[in-house]
Amino acid sequence: MRWMWIDRIVEFEPRTRMVAVKNISLAEEHLHDHFPKMGNRDAMPVMPASLIIEGMAQTAGILVGTVNNFREKVLLAKVVLARIEADAFPGQTLRYEATLDRIDAQGAATIGVVHRIDPATGNSLEIGRVDLMFSHIDQNMAGLSFPEENFVFSDNFRTILRTAGIEHEG
Amino acid sequence: MTRDEIFQNVQKVLEEALGADEEDITLDASLTADLQAESIDFLDIVFRLEKTFSTPGKPFKISQGELFPENLMENPAWVADGKLTDQGMAMLRERMPHVDFSKFENTREVNKVAATITVQSLVDFIDRKLKA
Repeated sequence: MRWMWIDRIVEFEPRTRMVAVKNISLAEEHLHDHFPKMGNRDAMPVMPASLIIEGMAQTAGILVGTVNNFREKVLLAKVVLARIEADAFPGQTLRYEATLDRIDAQGAATIGVVHRIDPATGNSLEIGRVDLMFSHIDQNMAGLSFPEENFVFSDNFRTILRTAGIEHEG
Repeated sequence: MTRDEIFQNVQKVLEEALGADEEDITLDASLTADLQAESIDFLDIVFRLEKTFSTPGKPFKISQGELFPENLMENPAWVADGKLTDQGMAMLRERMPHVDFSKFENTREVNKVAATITVQSLVDFIDRKLKA
């Protein structure tokens, strides 16, 4: 499934918080380019921080989407803060915990905490914060119009919502 | 709360929302022209002001269009040929007494209306609202 950077929603409190996990696998092609062997330096596959932000954006975006039963088109509009303090490697799990800070007709702000879980030890380590803002784009200030169909919460999301037992009415 | 305390709080909000340096956040700084705020930043600023100025007994709630001009294009009587009409200017002055439109009056270009909002506008807005 393309461009899904979370594997499973594991916790959900409506209007409050959502937790999703992402298992990092060496089968993911991007890890072979991030970073490849160069000269004397061995290859070092680590999860790109930009995709960690994307994983949090998907987790937080779904949380925001659930508030209005996915009727709003929820787009990531601003990375307020992104701080990733440790690498995450293949065989480890990222845990994205998104909390809804504010929401109104125009958009929402979320607070995100990223943990790295090592299945070898079961240890979970907080490795970063990703705070985001989302725009309900039909309500935005520019007065532009967008397609009727909700292209944000498309088929890709439906599977992950169904497996988490979340209704998709949009 | 004194105007000076309000200003200090607004400064902190703008530092966090816009990543602006404290020394650049002067009273006459324009949010868009000087501090590079974009439209989503306005929502961020609204959320942060609500949080900063709310007290347990008295929530500080900012309605859509109360602080920043919005949806001006929806009423054809307000804007003609990309410029605010007399009716549009009257509406802006009534809705947004915290903004000084004296310089804007000369051009009235609708795409420059956001640049009229200064740090001073935010301080005035909050001062009025807290006293109301």
